[in-house]
Amino acid sequence: MMRDVLLKTAEAERAVKDEKKHSIRICTAASCLSCGAEKVRKAIAEKVKAAGREDTAVAGVGCMGLCAKGPLVTVDGPETMYAEVTEEDAADIAASLDNGPVERIRCDTTTPFFQRQEKIVLENCDRINPERIEDYIAADGYLALTTAVLERQPFDIVDEIVRSGLRGRGGGGYPTGLKWSTVAKAPGPMKYVICNADEGDPGAFMDRSILECDPHRVLEGMAVAAYAVGASEGYIYIRAEYPLAVKRLKLAIRQAEKMGLLGKNIAGTDFSFSIDIRLGAGAFVCGEETALIASIEGQRGQPMPRPPYPAESGLWDSPTLINNVETFANIAPIIRKGADWYAAIGTETSKGTKVFALAGRINNTGLIEVPMGITLREIVYDIGGGIPDGKAFKAVQTGGPSGGCVPASLAETPIIRSTTNLCRSSDRSWGPAA
Amino acid sequence: MNVRIVTLSIDGRDVGAREGQTILEVAGENGIEIPTMCNLTGLKPIGACRLCVVEVAGSRKLLSACTTGVTEGMQVTTDSERLRNYRRTILEFLFTEGNHTCAVCVSNGKCELQELARKLGMNHVDVPYRYPRRDVDATHPRFVLDHNRCILCTRCVRVCDEIEGAHTWDVMGRGIDSKVITDLHQPWGSSTSCTSCGKCVHVCPTGALFEKGHSVAEMAKRRQFLPYLSTMRGAKE
Ligand SMILES: Cc1cc2nc3c(=O)[nH]c(=O)nc-3n(C[C@H](O)[C@H](O)[C@H](O)COP(=O)(O)O)c2cc1C
Ligand code: SF4
Ligand code: SF4
Repeated sequence: MMRDVLLKTAEAERAVKDEKKHSIRICTAASCLSCGAEKVRKAIAEKVKAAGREDTAVAGVGCMGLCAKGPLVTVDGPETMYAEVTEEDAADIAASLDNGPVERIRCDTTTPFFQRQEKIVLENCDRINPERIEDYIAADGYLALTTAVLERQPFDIVDEIVRSGLRGRGGGGYPTGLKWSTVAKAPGPMKYVICNADEGDPGAFMDRSILECDPHRVLEGMAVAAYAVGASEGYIYIRAEYPLAVKRLKLAIRQAEKMGLLGKNIAGTDFSFSIDIRLGAGAFVCGEETALIASIEGQRGQPMPRPPYPAESGLWDSPTLINNVETFANIAPIIRKGADWYAAIGTETSKGTKVFALAGRINNTGLIEVPMGITLREIVYDIGGGIPDGKAFKAVQTGGPSGGCVPASLAETPIIRSTTNLCRSSDRSWGPAA
Repeated sequence: MNVRIVTLSIDGRDVGAREGQTILEVAGENGIEIPTMCNLTGLKPIGACRLCVVEVAGSRKLLSACTTGVTEGMQVTTDSERLRNYRRTILEFLFTEGNHTCAVCVSNGKCELQELARKLGMNHVDVPYRYPRRDVDATHPRFVLDHNRCILCTRCVRVCDEIEGAHTWDVMGRGIDSKVITDLHQPWGSSTSCTSCGKCVHVCPTGALFEKGHSVAEMAKRRQFLPYLSTMRGAKE
């Protein structure tokens, strides 16, 4: 597919949207779905139809963040949000298009939970339908990939990522650009790109949410990576416990292939890259890169001593680039907006934003994206809304089993990719650092 | 071939080594003994048992000597109170995880696990014994596999795959339920891939694999055949 086709699709899609005066969006990510979002969506669609409002689009979209208060619904943008919506509220919401917001179920979006966040990875989540590639394209989707393959050299792309300062979001925090350049330099007729979507850390749902809400973003990131390092095949290793994410990924891959954005001769060039899905059976250790590779090969999922690193000898002994879901989700915006834009966000040593899943004894459980350098206290009290029932905040656990516990006394330390560490075990994880 | 030489210190002694060698190899060449269990010269090192862990200056983690390559200026400590504690604890786990009744074992007095326990001064066990229920497979005409004494070192798996080329053995199950199996978990006697060469039996460090016809303390493994492994492997590479 040529780029003008892409641009035309985007334009046509935007034109359709512009025709509608109103848009009602219902979160259909796993958490809201589990408390009845699909029924709510149907009920609202019916009421809107019954009212003869052809000027209103009703769409299921991705995660809106405040999972604790699902199902969530927005009307004409994120400012008017309704929480804990039921089917009975559908009539009121439909009527609100004329009568003004339904204050009874309205959710205050002026709180720090909404205002203190900065969204790059999750930028599309609350506004696009994850099951429609046209929605993603209308949000500048696949622009980074087509620009890369049509106008830029692979080394140039690697350089852009190096300069952005992006570090891996899978726990190790390894500089992504450096990893890419190692794989790009590794000799071999066959190279692979793997997306690590195993997400074994209990309570974590960042990667799942990204895949459920904006699967094309990850595919695009992988394809750009493949172009940059010279790979022609890719795998997404995802746990079978994420059926909705798997379903949406499969659909997204098919849609992208149909439009010539994946598969043979991407965007009409001689660059080809195909992506396959491999399901993990849920072993925590299979998130570790060498165990993950063994698992894809059909071997027992068990780590192997490194070196050799996958960049040198990975899947089927070929040079392999393995990155986390969130890492790939950062790629398209970096290519679109440039390394300097990205490097200006965050701190000196940690660039960009980080997605966190807030879980456990905290008021606003949900999915957030914050700039690096924010303090733990801001996350727990401002964004997280503090501890339920006015109980005392004692500690947080970050970074999963390989992370550590940070006591309340260290709440003022900024969140960065920690180098000097507070907790002995968590130096390989995202967390607060002194 | 151009080989780079590096110098490092092991237990305060300056030693030279070829780049690409492991700490374990270099220590061995210089007469410094590091306890090992899953490692066997000639088989691919996997760093599984962690008995060969050493301290390396600048690294907070303990590193397995069998899989860590030497680097210029490296300072290695192979013996310390901390290391002795770790190693003894690992041994205790190995003993309590299976059923090791040495007094009635075919390998009594000829067992690497027992010998290491004696050497490292494991005179009692702090963790509770698990006494798991495990099977014995005596279906093979010449050999027996007694899971009770298996410590999952995977030497049998590796020798069969890397040297004999049959890949009869593998590991199935996870965590505490892991066990070695033949073919697709069929009785060893009905295995169609096993060539009955007996290499697995002789590399097995314990009495888990033994030849039929041996009684208590009679199963001496034929160690003289071990150097042959390195030669075979060398020829393969
Ligand atoms: C025990 C263990 C579990 C891991 N689990 C995950 C995981 O679930 N997801 C993930 O992305 N990385 C996981 N990692 C890190 C990966 O090995 C690897 O570093 C990462 O996927 C690289 O991607 P990045 O450079 O984008 O961070 C794990 C590492 C270890 C040691
Ligand atoms: S295998 Fe070794 S340690 Fe185990 S019972 Fe036999 S002699 Fe004892
Ligand atoms: S049978 Fe022997 S060689 Fe095989 S894994 Fe068990 S202890 Fe090791």
